Amino acid sequence: MLSNAWIIPLLPGLGFVAVLLFGKRLPRKGAELAVLTVGASFVLSCIVAVQWIQRVDDHTGKAAIGGFGRALLPTQEGGVTAVDRSFTWWQNANVRFGVGIHIDGLAVMMLFMVTLVSFLVHVYSTRYMQGDRRYTHYFALLNLFTASMLLLVVADNTLELLVAWELVGVCSFVLIGHWWEEKPNSDAAVKAFLTTRTGDVGLMIGVIVLFFAAGTFNIAVINAKALNGGIGHTLLVVSAACLLIGIIGKSGQFPLHTWLPDAMAGPTPVSALIHAATMVVAGVYLGARLYPVFFRGFSIGDGGLNAMALIGGVTIIIGAVLAFVQRDIKKVLAYSTISQLGYMVMALGVGAWVAAIFHLFTHAFFKSLLFLGAGSVSESGSHHSFDMKGDMGGLRKYMPITFTTFVIGSLALAGIFPLAGFWSKDEILVTAGQTGYTAFLYVGLIGAFLTAAYMTRTVYLTFFGEFRGHGEPHESPPTLTVPLIVLAVASVGAGFLNAEPLGIEKFRDWFEAGVSLPALQHPDFDTVKAVISVTIAVVGIGIAAYLWFQREELGPFRGLTQRNAAAGAGYRFLENKYYLDDLYEKVIVGGIKGPVAQASYWVNQHVIDGVVNAIGRGTAVAARETYDVIDQKVVDGAVNGLAETTGETGGLLRYVQSGRVQRYALTLFAAVGALSLALWLVY
Amino acid sequence: MALNQYLILSAFLFCCGVYGVLARRNGVLVLLSVELMLNAVNINLVAFAAFTRQIAGQVFALFVITIAAAEVGVGLAIVLLIYRNLRSPDLDRVDQLKG
Repeated sequence: MLSNAWIIPLLPGLGFVAVLLFGKRLPRKGAELAVLTVGASFVLSCIVAVQWIQRVDDHTGKAAIGGFGRALLPTQEGGVTAVDRSFTWWQNANVRFGVGIHIDGLAVMMLFMVTLVSFLVHVYSTRYMQGDRRYTHYFALLNLFTASMLLLVVADNTLELLVAWELVGVCSFVLIGHWWEEKPNSDAAVKAFLTTRTGDVGLMIGVIVLFFAAGTFNIAVINAKALNGGIGHTLLVVSAACLLIGIIGKSGQFPLHTWLPDAMAGPTPVSALIHAATMVVAGVYLGARLYPVFFRGFSIGDGGLNAMALIGGVTIIIGAVLAFVQRDIKKVLAYSTISQLGYMVMALGVGAWVAAIFHLFTHAFFKSLLFLGAGSVSESGSHHSFDMKGDMGGLRKYMPITFTTFVIGSLALAGIFPLAGFWSKDEILVTAGQTGYTAFLYVGLIGAFLTAAYMTRTVYLTFFGEFRGHGEPHESPPTLTVPLIVLAVASVGAGFLNAEPLGIEKFRDWFEAGVSLPALQHPDFDTVKAVISVTIAVVGIGIAAYLWFQREELGPFRGLTQRNAAAGAGYRFLENKYYLDDLYEKVIVGGIKGPVAQASYWVNQHVIDGVVNAIGRGTAVAARETYDVIDQKVVDGAVNGLAETTGETGGLLRYVQSGRVQRYALTLFAAVGALSLALWLVY
Repeated sequence: MALNQYLILSAFLFCCGVYGVLARRNGVLVLLSVELMLNAVNINLVAFAAFTRQIAGQVFALFVITIAAAEVGVGLAIVLLIYRNLRSPDLDRVDQLKG
């Protein structure tokens, strides 16, 4: 199955075509087909994961005589090799453009995670999107979205990766704008598309630079050359910087993060999929996939300040701070995603490769859990509103399952021991501390504090206090709650895959295997730091809880933003999202819109329209001439003439057909006589 | 006797037959004229057979007589049917195939 992993992206791809063609005729409008194909992909991914783990274990000699045989058999020389399979797409002189799969630990982990989350989102959507006007269309695109992400994961060359990357982008564009009839939604879709496209330019340039530097698109070869010095350092710096721009655009890093909160305009399951399993993690995945390029390009091993860690660190803080001023529960989660993606990028930037993808893995579970939980609240609690301050509150009593799972997700996100987020976040912080990036350790700790605080605020506003909405809130049906429970279990358990103090490092053993990486420092668990980070998170929860639970007796803080000019300005600064949107829309877009748009309008009106009109008129005249001369006279003349000639000939010949046998006989004899006479005259 | 005399007789008979076939309006008489033409050919065949002392011509003549008998059978049946349908043996009235 490992070498046949190409079937995994193919299945949802076929599902997309099938749902689009036959979906509307099926009894469940195509949803069953979509769920079935993604489910099959999930099963295949599980098989791939099991086989990969067996391969790794066989290699280290553990499986040979059970778990106790570890020390008895020496580890085989060299690491586990990745499974490659490709065919030539086209060949131009010596340059071969291939399409293929590259299955290593990283790809196996991503396959499992993407298909699991996507499958749950599909199941969830069958209920959440019920009665939607483009139900079939929605499922078809959800399938294509999954297929593109899976293709991105298995891609063995940067060109294939680029294609999948753009497919993911276009699918997210369509899904964010799913309800495009309302202007803000279509605006959000366009914004998401254009902002990520800005980053894609960087990615494309990076891919091209790498191609000319390494002479190939093949990722494994590029990584090997980056590691053994086959590519010059300057080229590596340039390509790493360009690829980083791609990551910034796709993974919502500062300063191109503005599209992510607006992407909340799409249906909630889509938000879960975008923020957890596909789209935004594509950027982090790219960073992990081409890690040697970044490692050497940014000299990460040297412990100095580098762009990747810096961008990640800045993003952690600005995302987390913005999450405090949101009224919309989904926007809180969106800013939280930005902040958590900052952690992953920062982790890559400080050399914590395993920690980065481990955090990607655990984050996928608890973030999709939180999004689906928010969807469940809006579906059954707040009448399709996401306004925490206006339509929620007190839902704890009415929606026990949603409440419990949401709290589990929040605690996991806040990094409370022993939930998944604790292990992965802690590993990032410990590695940052031990590789000489102490500054980023503190950034991470501040981020942990802010995360805990804003999640407490969200949970409080949504589930505690008095119900502020209208109608009768109730628990969601099982189609919505079962995915929540599954994800909650994963959010609790996933962290134990790499729980160092318990002696478990399965995640690293399994998923680092087969990936070509520079020599990385593996951190030792640091109890002090773990205690500090958990304490900070708990303090964050405590302060936030004090402030919001005691809202009525807030005392000195009450109305602070109205009374104190500085606090008010700060609040407005945050409310306006650091004025970044204004910068982009008014200065950059406005600058382009004014002169450039007018110039292109003029060109459009005078040059292009002139040409088009001239062509149009010329075509009309030519067409009329053609009609009059060629069609009417030549073609019709030929046809009519043929018919008339035939008719006249027939008219003449019918006199010969008298029907009298004797006249025929006369003709016969006359002809024989004439022929005889002719023969006689000739000879 | 010279061959010429037989050939002249044969040509005369043939011409009588042709005239009868083309000019007579009665179907039975046309059939009779066809017989005249056939027998003119028979005379020719037998005359040449005697002249060249080869048996083949006489054999051909026998074949022609046989075929002629069959042909008369078919022809008379046709004439009878025409008579039955049109109450007349007049061939000029049989022009249903007129174009």
